Amino acid sequence: MLQNIIDVKNLSKSFDISSKEPGLKGTIKHFFRRQKKSLKVIKDISFEIKEGEIVGFLGANGAGKTTILKMLCGLIYPSEGSILVSGYLPFSRKENFLKNITLIMGQKQQLIWDLPPIESFYLNASIYDIDKFEAKKRIKKLSEMLEIDEELFIPVRKLSLGQRMKSELLAALIHEPNILFLDEPTLGLDINAQRNLRKFLQKYNKETNATICLTSHYMKDITSLCKRVICVHEGAISYDGKLDLLLKKLSPVKEILIVCRSEEDAIKLGNSGFTVKNKIKNEITIKIENNSITSSLKTILNNFDIEDLFINEPPIDEVIGKVLIKKDYDI
Amino acid sequence: MISNLINRKILTLLKVQYSNMLEYRVEIALWAISGIIPFFMLNIWTNNNLNESINISSTMLSRYFLCAFFVRQFSVVWVVFSFEEDSLMGKVSPYLIQPLNPFFRYFAQHLAEQITRFPFALIIAFFFFIFNPESIWIPNLSILLLSIVSTFLSFLIQFLIQSIVACLCFWTEKASSIERLLFIPTLFLSGLLAPVVSFPAYVKSWIYLTPFPYLIDFPANLLSGNKTNIIGGLIMQILWIFILFPLFKKIWSEGTKKYTAMGS
Repeated sequence: MLQNIIDVKNLSKSFDISSKEPGLKGTIKHFFRRQKKSLKVIKDISFEIKEGEIVGFLGANGAGKTTILKMLCGLIYPSEGSILVSGYLPFSRKENFLKNITLIMGQKQQLIWDLPPIESFYLNASIYDIDKFEAKKRIKKLSEMLEIDEELFIPVRKLSLGQRMKSELLAALIHEPNILFLDEPTLGLDINAQRNLRKFLQKYNKETNATICLTSHYMKDITSLCKRVICVHEGAISYDGKLDLLLKKLSPVKEILIVCRSEEDAIKLGNSGFTVKNKIKNEITIKIENNSITSSLKTILNNFDIEDLFINEPPIDEVIGKVLIKKDYDI
Repeated sequence: MISNLINRKILTLLKVQYSNMLEYRVEIALWAISGIIPFFMLNIWTNNNLNESINISSTMLSRYFLCAFFVRQFSVVWVVFSFEEDSLMGKVSPYLIQPLNPFFRYFAQHLAEQITRFPFALIIAFFFFIFNPESIWIPNLSILLLSIVSTFLSFLIQFLIQSIVACLCFWTEKASSIERLLFIPTLFLSGLLAPVVSFPAYVKSWIYLTPFPYLIDFPANLLSGNKTNIIGGLIMQILWIFILFPLFKKIWSEGTKKYTAMGS
């Protein structure tokens, strides 16, 4: 049985924020007397993550996904509750814990801007107590997996965003961490670079059984990497479970495009009790509930002269978009 | 074993930061030139024969200000500005979750910059001696070594003071404004503008209780061969490091609990 590598219980986080009224009056008032209030951004959340799992954190901007990741990796201090990651309290930042994790934030870099990435890699290697020979071996292996070569020797400032992101990944993975916290890793990358990065993460997870916690606004990242998702809405967990179950729940019907042999068949099919979305000549699109797809298709194929049919999944962004605005999903 | 590991980390940091600094040769040359305040002060002192009021020869005064220039070159610290920027931009976040305190990066950055500055400082000293040939002297080896130690201790004191102020970023976000307040006593009480010996007796009696005279005045007097209490000065420098280091550790540990990882 797989062990829990992340254990979060009743976790909350509050930030003190000061607010200011607009205009000169507000500015003067703000100068002499700051209105401060405590804002609870994470509200009593609990979850567990097993070793080797890839979990996607979904939520609208400001929902609290990144704050959760920052607490999990020990970057910020929780206000209430407990977190255990790999048996450690993250915020105590014990050396063995830090050697086990990595955090990658899209658009934020740790590479030294004016030097080639290779310099940062060797620097990170020495920070993580990796000897030069071993570091060389790991750089070679990771650069092959990430398909970067000449870029290693070009100053970071001259690299493209995609090349830089790959180099960032290499720098963040040189110590072979078991737990990866990825906050919008594909932000700003083009479609090919996004795909390559996803392929790399899948490969890394398969080869090392690393646990990956990921936030992304690109649904393709979530659907191709994560079997499980945790939806965060206004600091609370609105859903924690399998992605396909969530999709089924959110989109109970499928659209079927049916190409009939003749227009009469299409008309007959349209009048046979199915919900019709649209009809153009001999092509008709109907909506069928997920739980009756097999029986409905059997009926259609037996009773109508069908040339071709296509089952369309509803656009994933549209479906997930519902999660971002709804408070609770009880599956 | 532990010290070996730290040394390896620091050495690698130093090498990388030195490579980085070499990318900015022109800037460093300009920074070195911008540190010539002591020469302006020397000019004011000698033109007004102010040296006579403190019973110091003009040659010794020239040497003092040249040494003040050198000490300043190798003890100047700007960590508060770097840390403030990195903290506000969220750049410090990846460093916080590495098994090395981020201040080691800034420390190595400063050392690397000092190494890069060295040739430029020598060139400036060369021109100084051309215009002031009577000031040429060769300090004996033990004094030279003690001066290097004392300059490094001065750097450590300033680095610790600024690091403590930098940690206030966790509370105020604009810690550099506090540093600007500290710049005033540093400028006037450190010996950069005038040797501390020239201050009135009642001022001197309390100045020596602060860390400021040990930043420039003490190492500069030591190197230039002026009369100074070597043992007392070194003890005070070490004492200040022992006071400041635990303070830095405490404020760092409390401050990181306040860190909100803004900008990331």
